[in-house]
Amino acid sequence: MAARVVVSVPPSAKRGEVIEIKTLASHTMETGFRHTQTGELIPRDIITQFVCAYNGVEIFRAELFPAVAANPLITFTTVATESGTLEFKWTGDNGYSAAQSASITVT
Amino acid sequence: MRLAALLFGAVCGCALAGEIPLAERRSGYDEMSRETRAMQDDDTTNPALFTLMDGEALWNHKEGEQSCAGCHGDAAASMKGVATRYPRVAGGKLINLEQRINACRVQHQKAPALAYESKELIALTTYVARQSRGLPIAVEADAPTRPYLDAGRKLYEQRLGQLNLSCSQCHDDNWGKSLAGSPIPQGQATGYPIYRLEWQGMGSLERRLRNCMIGLRAEPYAYGSPEMVELELYLMWRARGMKLETPAVRP
Repeated sequence: MAARVVVSVPPSAKRGEVIEIKTLASHTMETGFRHTQTGELIPRDIITQFVCAYNGVEIFRAELFPAVAANPLITFTTVATESGTLEFKWTGDNGYSAAQSASITVT
Repeated sequence: MRLAALLFGAVCGCALAGEIPLAERRSGYDEMSRETRAMQDDDTTNPALFTLMDGEALWNHKEGEQSCAGCHGDAAASMKGVATRYPRVAGGKLINLEQRINACRVQHQKAPALAYESKELIALTTYVARQSRGLPIAVEADAPTRPYLDAGRKLYEQRLGQLNLSCSQCHDDNWGKSLAGSPIPQGQATGYPIYRLEWQGMGSLERRLRNCMIGLRAEPYAYGSPEMVELELYLMWRARGMKLETPAVRP
């Protein structure tokens, strides 16, 4: 199934305001430590990195590890400085890659 | 051993309280942490969102001769309130929402039934039940339903497994206390199918019931068995009038 992600960014904010950004990615986050009923190791399959850029400037980055639960929900805050675009990118094992963007109007 | 000792202490510590008065009923939502409640409340952070997307796609996808939407149209209108009335008696048999969906698939769509607890069946059930979110649970308790309801209540009060406990002993008599480190909820079935953090995924009420039964070291009833559906009916009747929360998030 195609990578599915959802982001929630306030559509508008006042300059200097602290805004909350919420992101949710659909992913099993298979740890690589589990075995099947017949004893074979289930290979690791996780998201390893999440990056958010605000008008091209990186403002938030997270590394993810096997202890992170399925469907990682990442929320963080930033200061609304100017109108523009927030770009989100997730990358992970087995060539996993997902991207999403959202625009914000700052007054 | 410690678990058994705790259970023993919890059960013997108080007299049988029996059924919870209607006004004192609480959803498991009220026992959750602020963070988990926030996760459920916001549609963009509730991880059941992806299951709802799958459900919507399946609703509109032609299976066999017809899609769900082909007959029922817009689910927001046609499925509103439906989930609040299940399980119910249809064709002389008690069926739950999953079985209703499968009956529709087999009889009207001429498509094969979906396996219990499969991703597809959970997605469709969640999508249908979502259309009733916020509506009061309103299962029937009329003459044809009564025998099933009584059977469900009997199962609820029936001691099970090596720990020899009934549902009622924890969830009616000792709710609000702790079992090991976890609070014992009332077990009001208000938000199924749920996204359970422990499962890292979605599951039906029957999956949750099997969880409890395994915890009691009892052999769980099979998915879709008459006993399971009767228990589901009793649980929904027990939560009558409470608001449906589907898709709920639970720890």
